[in-house]
Amino acid sequence: MDLVLTQPQPLLKRISWLDWLFAAALALGAGYAYSQYVDHLSYYERAVLIGAAPTFAWLGWFWKPIKPLMAGIAVLSLFAISLYHGNLARMDQTFFLQYLISSQAAIMWMCTFLVLATVSYWVGLLGRSEFALQAGTWLTWTAVLMGFTGLMVRWYESYLISPSVGHIPISNLYEVFVLFCLVTSLIYLYYEGRYATRQMGAFVLLVVTAAVGFILWYTFDRQAEDIQPLVPALQSWWMKIHVPANFIGYGAFSVAAMTGVTYLFASKGILASRLPKLEVMEDIMYKAISVGFVFFTIATILGAMWAAQAWGGYWSWDPKETWALIVWLNYAAWLHLRMINWVRGPALAWWAVGGLLVTTFAFLGVNMFLSGLHSYGHL
Amino acid sequence: MSTPTRTIQPPGKALYELLSSMRFAVSLLTVIAIASIIGTVLKQGQPYSDYVFQFGTFWFDVFRILGLYDVYHAGWFLVILAFLVVSTSLCIYRNSPAMVKEMRSFREHATDKSLAAFHHKREYASDLPVAVLAQRFEAYLRARRWRLRTRAAEDGGLLIAAKSGSLSRLGYIFAHSAIVLICLGGLIDGNIIFKAQQLLGIKKIEMRDIPENQVPAISRLSMSNPSFRGNVTIPEGSSANVVFINVGDGYLVQDLPFTLALRRFHIEHYPTGQPKAFDSDISIYSPAGKLIKNATVSVNHPLIYDGIAIYQASFGDGGSKLALKVWDLFAPKDQPGNMTGVVHGHTELNTDMGKYRVEFTTFRPFNVEAMGKGPPPLTLKNMRVLGGNPTQGGEGMQNVGPSFEYKLRDAQGQAREYSNFMLPIQIEGRWYMMSGMRTAPNQPFRYVRFPLGPNDTLASFMRLRAAFLNPQLRTEAARRFAATALGGGAANADMRSKLADSTAKMLDIFSQGGFQALGQFIQAKVPKAQQDKAAETYLKVLELASYSLLQSADEQAGVQPPPPGPAAGWFVRDSLNAYSDLFIYGAPVYLQLTHYDQVQSSGFQLTRAPGKNVVYLGSLLLVIGIALMLFVRERRMWVRLRPGSVLLAMSAAKKTIDFEREFAEHSASAEKLVKD
Repeated sequence: MDLVLTQPQPLLKRISWLDWLFAAALALGAGYAYSQYVDHLSYYERAVLIGAAPTFAWLGWFWKPIKPLMAGIAVLSLFAISLYHGNLARMDQTFFLQYLISSQAAIMWMCTFLVLATVSYWVGLLGRSEFALQAGTWLTWTAVLMGFTGLMVRWYESYLISPSVGHIPISNLYEVFVLFCLVTSLIYLYYEGRYATRQMGAFVLLVVTAAVGFILWYTFDRQAEDIQPLVPALQSWWMKIHVPANFIGYGAFSVAAMTGVTYLFASKGILASRLPKLEVMEDIMYKAISVGFVFFTIATILGAMWAAQAWGGYWSWDPKETWALIVWLNYAAWLHLRMINWVRGPALAWWAVGGLLVTTFAFLGVNMFLSGLHSYGHL
Repeated sequence: MSTPTRTIQPPGKALYELLSSMRFAVSLLTVIAIASIIGTVLKQGQPYSDYVFQFGTFWFDVFRILGLYDVYHAGWFLVILAFLVVSTSLCIYRNSPAMVKEMRSFREHATDKSLAAFHHKREYASDLPVAVLAQRFEAYLRARRWRLRTRAAEDGGLLIAAKSGSLSRLGYIFAHSAIVLICLGGLIDGNIIFKAQQLLGIKKIEMRDIPENQVPAISRLSMSNPSFRGNVTIPEGSSANVVFINVGDGYLVQDLPFTLALRRFHIEHYPTGQPKAFDSDISIYSPAGKLIKNATVSVNHPLIYDGIAIYQASFGDGGSKLALKVWDLFAPKDQPGNMTGVVHGHTELNTDMGKYRVEFTTFRPFNVEAMGKGPPPLTLKNMRVLGGNPTQGGEGMQNVGPSFEYKLRDAQGQAREYSNFMLPIQIEGRWYMMSGMRTAPNQPFRYVRFPLGPNDTLASFMRLRAAFLNPQLRTEAARRFAATALGGGAANADMRSKLADSTAKMLDIFSQGGFQALGQFIQAKVPKAQQDKAAETYLKVLELASYSLLQSADEQAGVQPPPPGPAAGWFVRDSLNAYSDLFIYGAPVYLQLTHYDQVQSSGFQLTRAPGKNVVYLGSLLLVIGIALMLFVRERRMWVRLRPGSVLLAMSAAKKTIDFEREFAEHSASAEKLVKD
């Protein structure tokens, strides 16, 4: 008999030396940042900084590929920062910055890789090419690496404009669209690894490509890529947790919806032989909506607490708040529906697809068509 | 033959079944979502007059009765929410006992028969004694943090009943109690008490625009009111001890247990000019007038005092004092009068053209504008066009200094709006005083540019303007122009007098209606083919004659006239444009700001929300509950040990792919466990 079977398996035993090295690097990084900038941070920001280290350590332990990704982001970002010599003008003077890893260049590379990844996934799906599918995966990972590097460097660049202007780059529509691409891609990559199936990438990356299209239009038509200082209402540590939580929700709902689309195709027999089994897709849909629902709930609560501090009430039935509630109710209904077997797979898939429309309206439509206090992204 | 039977339930029981059912819950969630949309489509809490204008009186009344102007406080919406609370509570009441039982039970009394019916089961043969097997399986399960209970079976074997992830059930209770808590907390902070009082006729909203201290007690809420959310605007150096709560198309006055005073309001800016911070320095005084506390509130940094949170909500002008020069535009005098004004106040104005009322609306200490291009070249076509906004479509943001706005209302009650800059603005290298005018609030301002003269004041322009209105000076200037143009020789006397006459005529036309009048004159008197050429000649003559007019006026005033040259030429041209624009300007006066004493005001929102902590507690429970429900999977396992054989069976509340995987893993492990 294998003795290992009766041995306890606590978490710590499953952690390798690499995991410990990763956690140590995070702790060192956070400690360095803390010692350098503690005087400029409010108590809450210190808590966010200290909390970030164990959060990312846990994420790296939970999902192994995050570790090399974060290491890559750190190396590239620090390299870019070292090239600046504290002078923003070097953005257009240094080869690496100008063409590769200044924030704007890196984000453009992210866009490029995401489009290439989408094409690869489709080639792989239609041509039954394992190689093309694998290329899709690698391109997506590279895009995520470049995108996060872009955001990190942008964060630094904002401080080069002026210390008073500097802020985390998740404050306007341009920046959060980049964040959306990254989060959605990452959530997809997680399920791709977890379920060992790459075919769905063709569908999921379509929604990411649409976001890339928006970023490109927003950049070239509206010159929206400029870093703008924060309006007073956004100057709060709440932004650092409210916005990412929200976008994990949006990203997960998007993955669920695109899985729903895939499910509907397969259930009608279209591409069915090339796609994973229906049960697998149903399971991914459920998992993604679960993750999205938890994070969206957290994000909405954080938003309410922020509103209580900035606007004078935790709930004012502002259009953004109301639409957040509508999104929440929609997915609450979805989860209840699934539990009681009232409707079957295709109906749930349709509902998940409809959910993305509701979510998109809450994210974009409210800014475009309705007025309110939460008007931070204008088209 | 069997007859279909239908169990008839008592109505109470049936209602209970319905309200606590999952289907009802799903329908309710959908209904609330749809109802919530209404309030985002129709802008909430606007003045009722806006709605009448938008929908017409019939639909306005229909929507008002349906409560669509304040959906989220409408009776029917609250009833739906009440249904949610009732349904969720009943659901908890109905399911919790079973859930708790499930959580505690190991189901160690499962029979062999029931185990045999399991879908996920596997049987193994084993030579090991039951006791050894039991020990191995127990160790295996405990190592994976399963909780278990072992029971001796009748046939001498054992049954190990194990479970994991029972907290998922606790998640259900947490999440659903949280919804009830959040709704109750929200209800405490809603205006439910006032609603009840209004329904009973104890309180009613005030609709009149009257001073706060004249609002009767029936429209006032006392300090004991447990929750409220109101607004008040306080000018610098003033204070308030009430806030106003908007309800429907009226308001209520909420008395405060303290006096809130605004010492100073200030705005900080980024280097780029965008606002960086809005701060109010406030003081709090006891009702007796004793200073309790000084503090600064800003956006994101409210002050909480005595359970009441004070937020920075808005800002505006609190009655800045303005000192003005009044230039009478259509009188032949070149000296201004004086006037003082207060923003939000008004001043009466008597002019030759009747009585007016100046209503001061805003004052801004600075204006950051993008400076644009200059005016288009003057031709016949655009002779009657007022200059556009100098600050549109240009680049390079810069601060162009203070400005103020006012409405000029005539005796008939008609008003135009004006926006005047205090400092001159440079456009294409020349300096102007800018005054904007518009006839409707939704229009952009169109600007008259009063040119600055050689001594950088308006005096030269105003002198020239007055001279245009002086027939004697015009005639003299026409003579002077003719003499300069044709020389002083006797031979030219006749031509000179003809030219002087026609020039005087032209100056006369221009003085009465500007370029527009001159244009009409040309169109009436000159054949169409030659109009453009004539206009060119007329303009040239007008410019030169106007320079002569300026010389005459300056000499009369004892001032050295500007020497002829490009500068004087531009000044005359700009003066003609400005003078011509006066006929469209629509005001008999130009108000020039000379001094100001800025008084700002700050808008505060004050709230008392005792339900907040209940809502936050509910939120915490909600997150924990949902996470437990969705991320913790409840599974059970039974290992039935008999001499010679082992049966492993598993069940889960939710049959996911993870569960299938886990069953495969455990059944593979069991295979190893049953061997030597």
